[in-house]
Amino acid sequence: MMEFLKQPWTWYVAGAIIGLIVPALLIFGNKHFGISSNMRHICAACFPANIAYFKYNWKKEIWNFFFVCGVIIGSMIAIHFLNSDSPIVVNQRLVSDLAGYGITDFSGTVPKQLFSFESLFTLRGFIMMVVGGFLVGFGTRYAGGCTSGHSIMGLSNLQVPSFIATCCFMAGGFIMANLILPIILRL
Amino acid sequence: MPNENNLSDTNAKATMANLINDDMDFEIRSLDSMCINDSQQQHPWWYNFKYLTIGIVFGIVFVKAEIISWFRIQEMFRLQSFHMFGVIGTAVVVGMISVWLIKKFSIKTIHGESISFHPKKFNKGQVYGGLLFGMGWALTGACPGPLFAQIGTGALVISVVLASAIAGTWVYGYFRERLPH
Repeated sequence: MMEFLKQPWTWYVAGAIIGLIVPALLIFGNKHFGISSNMRHICAACFPANIAYFKYNWKKEIWNFFFVCGVIIGSMIAIHFLNSDSPIVVNQRLVSDLAGYGITDFSGTVPKQLFSFESLFTLRGFIMMVVGGFLVGFGTRYAGGCTSGHSIMGLSNLQVPSFIATCCFMAGGFIMANLILPIILRL
Repeated sequence: MPNENNLSDTNAKATMANLINDDMDFEIRSLDSMCINDSQQQHPWWYNFKYLTIGIVFGIVFVKAEIISWFRIQEMFRLQSFHMFGVIGTAVVVGMISVWLIKKFSIKTIHGESISFHPKKFNKGQVYGGLLFGMGWALTGACPGPLFAQIGTGALVISVVLASAIAGTWVYGYFRERLPH
């Protein structure tokens, strides 16, 4: 059983479990699946600064903090007790592409040669971590949701705006990964 | 707008504000796709542990299906692997069937409340914000959920990314009125 759990899970198992989070949250308490709004609640709780967008009763959304704490605990459990220790198997083309930029370590969830405290002070690291993070926070709020809120919850509820948002997420990702990221990785 | 008349208006405004406060609160929160479902029931705070449990399952799947891997996200955006499309696609199909069943049989929550859905309105933010988020996703290899999970797996430097994402959220809130929607 443990051996079975320790190997990487296939896409349809993972997808089905994630899909079931939608009805689970609805049935457990009429909650809509969405992660990125947590960052808004953090702003509302810690730095509202009299901005209308952050002036709401964030305490009503406290369930989402519990949810996201669960995500952190779950990932700790998985990495410590269910980890197979073998590096990720990715497409050979990606391996050779990344090798051209000096990225050869596939052991972590993020490439250690790109994401580290040392590289934070290089231009490449700064763009990938600080600018990237900023775009995630700014973009998800501007779009009104992220992969969970729009792509999974919104599409599950057949919302056209969520479909448009999902297409734009993908378009932005394609542009970045194929056109802009190669330039950044060369820095 | 500092104006002397404002002072005398303050009281009237405060009363008004109290009256519409609840409506306003809902209005502001619902600018977001998620913050719309108000429970009418009051539960002790520890009832929230049920959401913690669901979160734990989510976190385990994130790691075990390698969804939080920067490499998997690069593969997805370079069309070099079906994995992430399969995960998201299956999740959407399962979610769709679930929502359909909940609506069809008017399934209630475990506390007997009816489950509500709200239509989303289109605005240009979904396009502009969507493109910006997509770019951030490809850079960091993480959407907001995986950001938290990556920190949980011990990639502590990702807390910088998360802090920056929170800053991005704040800056959006600050400039919201001036952005095209």
